[in-house]
Amino acid sequence: MSMMKRISTIFRAKANSALDKAEDPRETLDYSYQRQLEMLTKVRRGVADVATSRKRIELQRNQLQSQSDKLTEQAQKAISVSREDLAREALTRKSALTGQIADLDAQHSQLQGEEEKLTLAAQRLQAKVESFRTRKETIKATYTAAEAQTRIGEAFSGISEEMGDVGMAVQRAEDKTQQMQARAGAIDELIASGALDDASSVNRGDDISRELEAMSSQSDVEAELAALKGSSPQAIDAASETPVIEDTPSGTEAPPQENGRQA
Amino acid sequence: MIVRILGEGQLEVAEAELDTLNELDRRVEAAIEAQDEAAFSAALAALLDGVRRSGSPVPVDSLEDSDLILPPSDATIDEVRHLLEGDGLIPG
Repeated sequence: MSMMKRISTIFRAKANSALDKAEDPRETLDYSYQRQLEMLTKVRRGVADVATSRKRIELQRNQLQSQSDKLTEQAQKAISVSREDLAREALTRKSALTGQIADLDAQHSQLQGEEEKLTLAAQRLQAKVESFRTRKETIKATYTAAEAQTRIGEAFSGISEEMGDVGMAVQRAEDKTQQMQARAGAIDELIASGALDDASSVNRGDDISRELEAMSSQSDVEAELAALKGSSPQAIDAASETPVIEDTPSGTEAPPQENGRQA
Repeated sequence: MIVRILGEGQLEVAEAELDTLNELDRRVEAAIEAQDEAAFSAALAALLDGVRRSGSPVPVDSLEDSDLILPPSDATIDEVRHLLEGDGLIPG
């Protein structure tokens, strides 16, 4: 017997064994309907769980992306102050993040696929459960226990097969999600432990930032100093043409002197 | 006849397709026998494609059971083995 025939035989055997247990087959209708509603809840919860995992991965991806962007900025900044060594360090750290981002992207699209599959499975089951409910009421109202047997068997095996299918789909999605949760947990821990902070932290200063900041604050001071040096003699010249005693005063003292002369 | 692809739903396939599908199914079984995961994935994909190509969807609210049931497209050899042993199925 072919594989596809064997699988269908197994599904059918499961359905029959569930059906054979009841004395009055009509009793199994309500019981089965309850199980179907439970399965519907289960598959919807499955969709929500997968969505939660997907969002978590999105969040992590964004965190890593902003760290990666920051490293690019740092590299640019380092190059602008002729520090190729710092730029190289920043880019090396960035390339490590790029691998992790690609990994998260792959997981994300896998979860998205699972989410879509489960959403469709929920819709299919919903339609069949609704159909079963109608059939169940008709059977209960119309047939005696003996007569009901065949009709119930027909309605039952189809929905039972769907339940088996959906049950498996939920289980598989859960397994996949769990594997990814474990990996996502590892990345969260990595972020929390500061291992990634060292490479590039959004809030706290890392070593590259510190060096670049030190350099930039130093160059800010130099630039301001140069500006003041450049502007103060002109300011003094503009204030008056009167001969200045001694030589030019330091920049910071220039404004009070200016005011003094004008007053 | 009605064919179910697990995780995808049911399709109505003409009886005339059965020989072709059986041939594709034999390749899947051979790959399972040989524990050849790569050959298995390829053979399963070919079988599912054959069903999807020749079949038309059964209405979602139908309560008919299937004549043939196929593993999900991303199944592994181990998963199909479990399936054939009847593990993990929830009787409804």
